[in-house]
Amino acid sequence: MTMSVSQQIITVAVVVLGTMATRFLPFILFPANKPTPKYVQYLGKVLPPAVLGMLVIYCLKDVNILIGNHGIPELIAIIVIVILHFWKKQMLLSIGGGTVVYMLLVQLVF
Amino acid sequence: MKEKEKTIQKAFQAAFPSTIPIFAGFVFLGIAYGIYMNASGFNFLYPMLMSLTIFGGSVEFVVVGLLLGDFNPLKALVLTLMINARHLFYGISMLEKYRVPGYKRFYLIFGMCDESFSINYTADIPQDVDRGWFMFFITVLNHFYWVLGATLGGVFGGLITFNTSGLEFVMTALFVVIFLDQWMKETNHYSSLIGLGMSVVCLFLFGSGNFIIPAMMLILLVLSLLKGLFGKAGEVK
Repeated sequence: MTMSVSQQIITVAVVVLGTMATRFLPFILFPANKPTPKYVQYLGKVLPPAVLGMLVIYCLKDVNILIGNHGIPELIAIIVIVILHFWKKQMLLSIGGGTVVYMLLVQLVF
Repeated sequence: MKEKEKTIQKAFQAAFPSTIPIFAGFVFLGIAYGIYMNASGFNFLYPMLMSLTIFGGSVEFVVVGLLLGDFNPLKALVLTLMINARHLFYGISMLEKYRVPGYKRFYLIFGMCDESFSINYTADIPQDVDRGWFMFFITVLNHFYWVLGATLGGVFGGLITFNTSGLEFVMTALFVVIFLDQWMKETNHYSSLIGLGMSVVCLFLFGSGNFIIPAMMLILLVLSLLKGLFGKAGEVK
């Protein structure tokens, strides 16, 4: 290992500070005691659905549809989740069902 | 004092069920992370303390590589800001909801990982449950699961033989379900579709390692350009 313990601590501290910066910045820029600009209020309202969509794609970013199993296990599992969720609207059932289907597919089929 | 204890207990009971999928996902991913650190030659204190202080899965995996390389804090900072830039969007989305009294606000922002944000943003908190304490327990339970998994992985790393292949999909399943919940609640789907579409476009253009920041900028641009048209995008029924 090339780094000393103090260098390791500095590296981790920098990562902590960087992460905290991305989490705290909006709250520092737009504090509670001042009116938030209209544009930012608009973003606060319309951004979340888009961000949740982005997170879904973020989870699937390493799926390659051109090689290997072509992302078919992911596709099937997500279809199962969508059907279960529109049918029963039970969060745990949809997540558990989709995950079990995915595990069976990658362990036994693909 | 009795009254306050009741409020806290009620919030815990309301929050806990929402965190069960995260318990499964975080303990599993945390163990994977702990094993990875263990195999890279670090003792369990590293994954334990890093999961406690950083509390952001994707960046923690990257730090392992950084710790094995040459000392370069600037590179560490730039990488962290790039990987975690999405938190800026979470913050803008939570400006109103995280306006809760006391030290809880500070901790909520500190612990605003993907999962805490998604649950706290979409949760239907019952009228008689204290919002601040509910969101606090979601965050603190997630934090606890993550540290627990990372520590277990660091300590018992090499001993796991159960075939867990595919279990990591539990996090994808969680975000799909949260997305569907939002989908069922909103009066129109402009913003949801823009989020999905722009991310897919950028993923194809820039590849999995670099797509998040272009996707964020494109989402921001489209939502800003369409402000007049989509003024009501994402509005809840």
